[in-house]
Amino acid sequence: MTTKLAAPGTSGGTTTAGRGKRPRPPFGVSIVAVLAVLIALFSLIPLGYVIVMTAATGWDTAVDLIFRARVGELLLNTVLLMAVTVPLCLILGVGGAWLVERTQLRGHKWWAVLLAAPLAIPAFVNSYAWVSAVPSLEGLWSGVLIATLSYFPLVYIPAAATLSRLDPAIEQSAASLGLGAWRTFFRVVLPQLRIAMTGGALLVSLHLLAEYGAFAMIRFDTFTTAIMVQYQSTFNGTAGNMLASVLVFLCLILLLVEVRSRGSARYAKIGSGAQARALRLPLHAYQLPAQLFLAALTALAFGLPLTFVLRWIVAGGPDIWAADEFLPALLQTLMYGLAGALATTVVAFPMAYLAVRHPSWFSKALELSNYITSSMPGIVVGLAFVTVSIKAAPSLYQTSALLVAAYVLLVLPRALVNIRSGLAQAPKELDEAAQALGKPPLLAFLRVTLRLTAPAAAGGAALVFLAIVNELTATLLLSPNGTRTLATEFWSKSSEIDYAGAAPYALLMILISAPMTYLLFQQSKKAAGQ
Amino acid sequence: MTQYSPSRLPEPRVAASVATSTNNHLEIDAVTKNFGSQAVLMGVNLSVAKGGTTAIVGPSGSGKTTLLRLIAGFEHPDTGSISLNGAKVAGDGVWVPAHKRHVGYVAQDGALFPHLSVGQNISFGLDAGKLPGGHRSVKTRVAELLDMVSLDAAMAKRRPHELSGGQQQRVALARALAREPELMLLDEPFSALDAGLRVATRRAVGKVLQDAGVTTILVTHDQGEALSFADQVAVMRGGRLAQIGNPFIVYTRPADRATAEFLGDAVILDAWMEGSLATCSLGGIPVRRPPAQGRVQLMLRPEQIRIAEDGPIRGVVVDTDYFGPETTVRLKLAVPPVLAEGAVADHRYPGGGEIITIRHWNASIARPGTELCLRVVGEAVAFPVEDLPQV
Repeated sequence: MTTKLAAPGTSGGTTTAGRGKRPRPPFGVSIVAVLAVLIALFSLIPLGYVIVMTAATGWDTAVDLIFRARVGELLLNTVLLMAVTVPLCLILGVGGAWLVERTQLRGHKWWAVLLAAPLAIPAFVNSYAWVSAVPSLEGLWSGVLIATLSYFPLVYIPAAATLSRLDPAIEQSAASLGLGAWRTFFRVVLPQLRIAMTGGALLVSLHLLAEYGAFAMIRFDTFTTAIMVQYQSTFNGTAGNMLASVLVFLCLILLLVEVRSRGSARYAKIGSGAQARALRLPLHAYQLPAQLFLAALTALAFGLPLTFVLRWIVAGGPDIWAADEFLPALLQTLMYGLAGALATTVVAFPMAYLAVRHPSWFSKALELSNYITSSMPGIVVGLAFVTVSIKAAPSLYQTSALLVAAYVLLVLPRALVNIRSGLAQAPKELDEAAQALGKPPLLAFLRVTLRLTAPAAAGGAALVFLAIVNELTATLLLSPNGTRTLATEFWSKSSEIDYAGAAPYALLMILISAPMTYLLFQQSKKAAGQ
Repeated sequence: MTQYSPSRLPEPRVAASVATSTNNHLEIDAVTKNFGSQAVLMGVNLSVAKGGTTAIVGPSGSGKTTLLRLIAGFEHPDTGSISLNGAKVAGDGVWVPAHKRHVGYVAQDGALFPHLSVGQNISFGLDAGKLPGGHRSVKTRVAELLDMVSLDAAMAKRRPHELSGGQQQRVALARALAREPELMLLDEPFSALDAGLRVATRRAVGKVLQDAGVTTILVTHDQGEALSFADQVAVMRGGRLAQIGNPFIVYTRPADRATAEFLGDAVILDAWMEGSLATCSLGGIPVRRPPAQGRVQLMLRPEQIRIAEDGPIRGVVVDTDYFGPETTVRLKLAVPPVLAEGAVADHRYPGGGEIITIRHWNASIARPGTELCLRVVGEAVAFPVEDLPQV
């Protein structure tokens, strides 16, 4: 699981079905429903795998394997990592967003983009750069440092998006009720950010649970790294499977916590009319400290990794650009990215269509299954696909089709969020208008609904592409023999301490990610109001 | 042209099936529709004559939009049938989908395609291949249509979001007119516009459709709009058509109290019916075709009650609301003279003291406390007492 960003508040059902009445689904919808069920079942493979494996292990063995010192140690590591990193990310993310969106910060337009920029650097590249800079980095605090710098934009982006769309009339009302700037922020603005913050915190937590490369590089043991070690030594061993079930259990708990803390309230439904521009708070004497703080943050999170990648490139000289290794990896990465983006978009469409056009308990159940899937770490998806394919369809094992299928599963929620908001922009009434103008339903759908959804779907596809380019864990487990992606090549070189050799791959990943990150940043601004 | 339902004032509240005629453009026969367990339409019959204008008016949730969507072909009726020009399009195993019905449809917000320019929106339903001049004639046709709805031809280049609400509605109408439909369905197309624009747009749209000779069905919850737009008004309530008729008839002679109150302000008084004369606190008032004798409820429109120079009927002003051109005056009626003189309580005559609301153009004569003389113009409508709504 790499960067994943849900626009705040997008998971609420958007009903366009007129007047709250549910139309009888025509035949075409039934086909869509069947497809969506198949997709949902497919997406539940990892969870099913973990459950079946745990059940098959037998109670006693499972208890033995789960309640042991090693698991306790991993649990402690993981919990400590989350307990420190998540609050830090919240502070940096919300603080940064507030400075950028709500104060007279000089150059706030630039800072707005720069604070999102660390997202273009995969966490394991960040880790690699930091290890190059400070070779002694190891253990929990190094993990906290790298994870915080890599993941705080996951809070920053939705928080900034929400703040920029927040109706300033709400703050003005607070001021007119006698609240000062600070109290307005804590009593009015911060509660409005609740969805962005809980959503961001969930994403950060899930990333912490799922990340492999970044923590393996600094020899910090989490469940994911431990499962990978088990897998490499015993391949589908029971011990590894039990670790995976604990990991999945943690993920599900996180989902539950997020659902609880998100609450049922829907904040900030902003009207469609033009809204007043937000007043920016003067910083006066705080201008310089604010600038210094942001500069330091950006330098550590973005400047340092980039600098060290470039230094290794310079140090490596022309030798590291051996085209026969380098070009295939680039091509294969692009191929996988495109195939995955295409497949994911196609697969996400029926589910999004059902959720938007035919909301019911049924589509809600599909959404729930998808929500659960979205929390599955790459390592679990990888393990599940390896085992299931060997047992059920050996001919699929280690094929690129299987790898693409795993990618689809890992990134499906991202595409879904985008297509859903796109579909919500194409109300059913437009489809009907086209039909009343003599277009048969399918043509009306193609020329109106699909056409209007296309930009959002393309945005979703771009994000999916970004995720796949930087995917490491599942790719390591599932890629066919001889497959070399930028991420796996980078990983094998840096594992052999060939840091200079790894640098070009790192640079390429950053270069490919940068425009996508910018796109994601732009998109979040639009999505926040929905 | 328009076929009026026979005046059914004496008895039923529910419209009887309207006589079938080959001249009818649209025939709706006993149509029902449920959404899940909720019955939305419970047996609707409606005929619309060719070239006529019909307004379906009713409170929200009465099923009027559903009826329109059934005519357009966006929904299937559960039972009953719909015919256009004598040919069945829905019901009895027949189903003609929306795109083959050749029915124009203008939605509440216009439903313009946001990704297309105004011109592309208008030409969306045009088949360039079928027009005599091919693609070049599309442009001419778009200009023509824009002109028809009083918009500048230069607008064709604009995007829908650059237009005002009223302009968007006109473009939506031009788009629907492009295919020269014989039947046009308007689903509350003016409700999103502000008051002044609403009247102007409604008038413009009505004129365009009338000039083009298009049979039109307008769905609205605005009584004034329905009465002014259509030559046939169908009042819908609770999934049924409560009354169908010409606007003047449904307004002045509503079939029941609920219809009366829905279509406008109504003064309702207890009265005693003898022959065709009803006696109430406003004196004796003629009633055409009284539904019952004895105790009845009498309905008058506020504008039927005028302030007179002198006369036996009096009321004291309670309070007033000033609206500029007219003033709403609330009056407490005095005890009718027949009671005051006889001094004997008579069960036949209600005792006065009701508070009624009338309208007057002159605010200065109506100060609270003033006693005014009143007279009633025209006939009243009587409803049987069991007509009382269950409150």
